[in-house]
Amino acid sequence: MISVTEEEVAIDPADYAQAKINKSLSSKDKIGLLREMLRIRRFEQVSLKLYNQGVMAGFLHLYIGQEAVAVGTISIMGDNDHVITAYRDHGHALAVGMGMNECMAEQLGKATGCSRGKGGSMHFFDPDKNFWGGHGIVGGQTPLGLGLAYGLKYKGLKGSCFCYMGDGAVNQGAYHESLNIAALWKLPVVYVIENNKYSMGTTIDRSSAMRNCLAERADGYGIVWDIANGEDLYEVRAKAQNALERAHKHSLPTVLEIDTYRYYGHSVSDANAKKYRSPEEIERHKAHHDPIHLWQKRLVDEGVMTDEEIEKLDESIKNEVNAAAQFALDSEFPAPETIFEDVYWEVDNNTAAGSTGRHFFGD
Amino acid sequence: MPQITYRKAINDALAEEIIRDENVVIIGEEVARYNGAYKVTEGLWERFGDKRVVDTPISEAGFIGMGVGASMLGIRPVMELMFWSFAYVAWDQIINNAGQVRYMSGGRIHCPIVIRGPANGGTGVGATHSHTPENFIANTPGLKVVCPATAYDAKGLMKAAIRDNDPVCVMENTLLYGETWEVPDEEYVIPLGVADIKREGTDISFIAHGRAVITALKAAEILAAEHGIQAEVLDLRSIRPLDEEAILRTVAKTHRVVLVDENKPFCGVSAQIAAMIQEQAFDDLDAPVQRVCSLDAPAIYSPALEKIQLPTPERVVYKALQIL
Ligand SMILES: Cc1ncc(C[n+]2csc(CCOP(=O)(O)OP(=O)(O)O)c2C)c(N)n1
Ligand SMILES: [Mg+2]
Repeated sequence: MISVTEEEVAIDPADYAQAKINKSLSSKDKIGLLREMLRIRRFEQVSLKLYNQGVMAGFLHLYIGQEAVAVGTISIMGDNDHVITAYRDHGHALAVGMGMNECMAEQLGKATGCSRGKGGSMHFFDPDKNFWGGHGIVGGQTPLGLGLAYGLKYKGLKGSCFCYMGDGAVNQGAYHESLNIAALWKLPVVYVIENNKYSMGTTIDRSSAMRNCLAERADGYGIVWDIANGEDLYEVRAKAQNALERAHKHSLPTVLEIDTYRYYGHSVSDANAKKYRSPEEIERHKAHHDPIHLWQKRLVDEGVMTDEEIEKLDESIKNEVNAAAQFALDSEFPAPETIFEDVYWEVDNNTAAGSTGRHFFGD
Repeated sequence: MPQITYRKAINDALAEEIIRDENVVIIGEEVARYNGAYKVTEGLWERFGDKRVVDTPISEAGFIGMGVGASMLGIRPVMELMFWSFAYVAWDQIINNAGQVRYMSGGRIHCPIVIRGPANGGTGVGATHSHTPENFIANTPGLKVVCPATAYDAKGLMKAAIRDNDPVCVMENTLLYGETWEVPDEEYVIPLGVADIKREGTDISFIAHGRAVITALKAAEILAAEHGIQAEVLDLRSIRPLDEEAILRTVAKTHRVVLVDENKPFCGVSAQIAAMIQEQAFDDLDAPVQRVCSLDAPAIYSPALEKIQLPTPERVVYKALQIL
């Protein structure tokens, strides 16, 4: 069994605060991490409110409860580290630095949205921030993550691609094909399984065959794997750092399973959200395993922040989110002719190729 | 006659077929304990148990292919795709395996499988979730495809599909699941390949399938009320096999045709119908065949624009008036 390497075991598993990547954090950095998690939570809460007001279409998959996964892993990344995820994508988008305005506007289908109103909640993108989406088809992003890693290696860059996926997505064939290629060709991809215990209404034991955990399947491909407790930001960062270094130094893949929990239904329209799991289970997670509360407590214990300072930070974030909501509500819908834009690069760029032959068909 | 929803009509068809034939088994994501993502299979697991109603992992290639394999041995799996858009990860199983195995085996193997689920845009779920692949399926000899527009048709066609000895793809519509129509209590089956006149008319023919039939009916009402024009609405119901005679009959009657199709125009179902009409009924036509399809781009998310991307009654009326 290849789980963690010797060098990595040297960290006292009980105290990830002592890991190098965490010891180097300044007080300001630690507050920054709290800010990022709070921004996600408040963004999601306002999104839910807007959804319930009927100004959003389609699906809304909330990330509330899972914030430490995106923030912890993305906070260690550098210029050549890339991110791709599934439809539960708001947390990752904000964590890579996308603006709240463009994200909120996208959910409302406005022209000012990050995808000009074309993608919606499930399809945020910002390649300038190394964020490659936002993908609606379960598991569809897993070969793309592999491809980003391939591209990095091809270009001779020391980087990685963190490809996020759910505990249900691990049963898509494309993921297994990707694992094999990643191992065979030594590609710097990190598959982060955000194990929130459910794929829609299906518990893991009803969807996945495994020995002990989902990440352990990587053994079959000779890929190093690990599991992390997603309520502990220090642990997420420490373990993600191991994966990142493995990608940077050795161009090797990792499967990192992170235990986490979603407080809301699969999507906002999940009518069964409280049927396939007990309200007590949800309450227990909120009360004892909330990544944001636990981090706040840590910051207070470490003397980094006081409760009052946390309160103030939270207030400023709430203001930021409310302003973003107003921005989105005030923004215009895209013009009808934009339906035909962004389909072909050659057409949009008025090239010879784009004007040779007919590209679009009327009725 | 009782009024029931499109959803309930399919649910009844599944229940009746489970009872009628011990080889019928419902398989798909969240179909059992969760009652189906769109509640089409509601109550079936409770009534019929684990053997007949089976939840799967999110492994469409695996479980659709499994259904094809089981059907070769005489099982009659009714596979639910939560969205037909997810069929694309199982395309090899549907097209190459279900679609070709009878031919490749010289007729020694057949696949009595049904693959069903919603295939429509218009719900704000974006390009990857809004596909209407009936034209792709119809382009594959070996496969059959039906697109019911009403609860009555959904029930009758579903039963025919389950009893059919070839692979049948049933494309439903999430926007129709909650709509109600009259459906008799008595058992009935609608054969595949029989179109249905949903509205009699003399001046022009609207030919459509799936939810586009509803759009065409609305357009016909507008034409009657505002212009005194009587449009006939022909619902194809089944795309392959196709009721060519019904198409030719309505063309011979009205001499003018608007095809209404939620497919994209290029190589969509309506392109085939248009070609067929000019080949076989050229002399009956008093005007060129017109089409109203989805606007030719991926499905846009923005709720404001998605509405106009799909065929609307207004666009149908506009096209009709151009040839009247
Ligand atoms: C190929 C495909 N099949 C099914 C779906 C419908 N679907 C969307 S999310 C989901 C559950 C995924 O669960 P998991 O991977 O655990 O991620 P989580 O939602 O918990 O973040 C399903 C079945 C889909 N989008 N794509
Ligand atoms: Mg999950």
